[in-house]
Amino acid sequence: MSINIRDVPPAPVKATPGFLDLSRLNRSVLLAVRSLWLHKLRASLSVLGIVIGTSAVISLMAFGKGSMADALNDIKKQGTNIIVRSVKPSDDSSTGSRSFVVSYGLTFRDLERFETFGDTIGRTVPMRVFPSEVRYLERMQNARLVATTNDYAAVNHLQVARGRFITSEDNRNLTNNCVLGATLADRLFPTEDPIGQSVLVRGHRFRIVGVMDNRMPTGGTGGSSAAEDYNLDIYIPFSTCRARIGETVIVRASGSRSGEKVAISQVVLTVNADFETREGRERVKAVGESIKNILKEEHYKDDWAVTVPLDRLEEAERQQQRFTSLLVLIASISLIVGGIGIMNIMLATVTERTREIGIRRALGAKRRDIITQFLVEAVVQTTVGGLAGVIIGLGIVFGIPPLWNLITGSMLPALLSYWSILLSVGVSIVVGVMFGLYPAWQAARLDPIEALRHD
Amino acid sequence: MPAIVRVVDLYKDYFMGDVTVHVLKGLNLSFDEGDFIALMGPSGSGKSTLMNILGCLDRPTAGSYYLRDDDVAQMTDDELSEVRSTYLGFIFQAYNLLPQYTVVENIELPLVYQGAILTEETKARCVALAEMVGLAERLDHRPKQLSGGQQQRVAIARALVNDPQLILADEPTGNLDSRTSDEIMMMLTELNRAGKTIIMVTHENDIAEWARRVVRLRDGQVESDVRNDARTVVALP
Repeated sequence: MSINIRDVPPAPVKATPGFLDLSRLNRSVLLAVRSLWLHKLRASLSVLGIVIGTSAVISLMAFGKGSMADALNDIKKQGTNIIVRSVKPSDDSSTGSRSFVVSYGLTFRDLERFETFGDTIGRTVPMRVFPSEVRYLERMQNARLVATTNDYAAVNHLQVARGRFITSEDNRNLTNNCVLGATLADRLFPTEDPIGQSVLVRGHRFRIVGVMDNRMPTGGTGGSSAAEDYNLDIYIPFSTCRARIGETVIVRASGSRSGEKVAISQVVLTVNADFETREGRERVKAVGESIKNILKEEHYKDDWAVTVPLDRLEEAERQQQRFTSLLVLIASISLIVGGIGIMNIMLATVTERTREIGIRRALGAKRRDIITQFLVEAVVQTTVGGLAGVIIGLGIVFGIPPLWNLITGSMLPALLSYWSILLSVGVSIVVGVMFGLYPAWQAARLDPIEALRHD
Repeated sequence: MPAIVRVVDLYKDYFMGDVTVHVLKGLNLSFDEGDFIALMGPSGSGKSTLMNILGCLDRPTAGSYYLRDDDVAQMTDDELSEVRSTYLGFIFQAYNLLPQYTVVENIELPLVYQGAILTEETKARCVALAEMVGLAERLDHRPKQLSGGQQQRVAIARALVNDPQLILADEPTGNLDSRTSDEIMMMLTELNRAGKTIIMVTHENDIAEWARRVVRLRDGQVESDVRNDARTVVALP
């Protein structure tokens, strides 16, 4: 056998690596991947904590935010509304006489005084609400009668399915037109077209001019706003109601009858302001306070209530913040636990690879090179684990709600927040550095001779 | 021939609890460039310790070790790594290849720690070295798929990749049968002829016969230092 070393190309010129040499980093990552690939199962088990941690963060955040957003949206739909309601006062024993018809609530004088706000108020929607039977031929349905103006649909985000809503002309001309909620229309007119037909309400005939779209009942968001089901509503012009039916209404409830004399059940005022800004919110609150002051002057009884939905918005937002920080806390704990898992395996790996470290040191590796190698391995592991967690998390966020809907029939709202992805991957990388550093240092401080002798 | 390695009054003590073991006791040696030296001696004679110091893996307790003109005895850990990476090539008894790397990648490894950027050129050099040691067919094999002799040949190629001034072979044939041993020794002799300085530790007389100079140690001191001119070179072409 003959060998000739002179035929071999010369050794490369020694390069002085820069501070951050990308091609070297690239190579370190490649080498780390190769080392990890040797023990695929071990590497994947050791990052399992990180994987579960990140996927939990992403999916929990999404579901939490989703359900929050639902509640927030209900409130936000109310926007800058201020709701002023008539409240039946508790039996006032002060007068001594208990009359059959109770008179209370908002008056037209109140409404006039609200007009002094001028341009601050965009819309003023008064309404008179009471339960009423609605009849068509032999069919009868208990409904909620809502006498109101044309702005009602806009303020409550109602859509007309067919025909039209109550208009200002209807109110001006005291027409006997009405609009039916979706369910009410279905029950009274299962087969026929309701438009143009007449229904009987409290002895008056009303011609149907429109049918509303189906609307999800609002969830009661606590506080003073109750759940409302708009689908069993019948809408008539406010002025028509006042003229034909009047303020006094007899209601039969569970066998007993009671009467009440109420001019206006509720007034919704829309403040001209942007509720996304602090100034807008302050303005809405200020108007709310003024309205309360007006009502305190006008009413000697406690027969009114003012609700500013924005107050609840802020409360809900605070709640969301608390919820988010709680999740971040849980996430940090799970990621730290994951990091400890990685450190544990890495320490075992260093012992197992002592000889490899010795060989590398003999071939010219500096302590720094060994640290880099093990650190890169740790970071590669946690980064891959973090990314796998993101993918699983996304799978949960997009895969579970349809399944949930299929099985339970109810909605599971999920809203993916992009910063939760960035956060969890970022934290995974940091965890890799934090928990890789000690094992890497352990590896680097080995004596090369001892390391070479190790089997 | 100028001296490439010179050790002057080299001492090495090991401290084991209360006991101090004096392993090297004032060693003075000088090796010429282009020479082929066999270090021999019974276990405990200090030959492994000397080899570790020569290989810049360990530092002496006292004395100087000149590698050409640099005293490397008191260098820092990083500087020693630099010296190993630039001037030295290692061949071990147990081959010490990295199991997860292919033949070519194992040969490349010292270049990585020189900070060299691996290009087609560096790869060509590694492939040429693999071919030179007769592994042209096994460039992509892993150490596990190679015989002991083949693994040692990869190690020789790896020791040459950084064009070292000094090759340190620690019982390079210790794990090989006699036929393969001869192959490896022939290869080392050929490298020596091509101008490489080789220092080899062995405890077998017939292996030591391949060297030009045989230094025997005993109890941390030089026992004998013989030029091996009577060596048979008929086996070489």
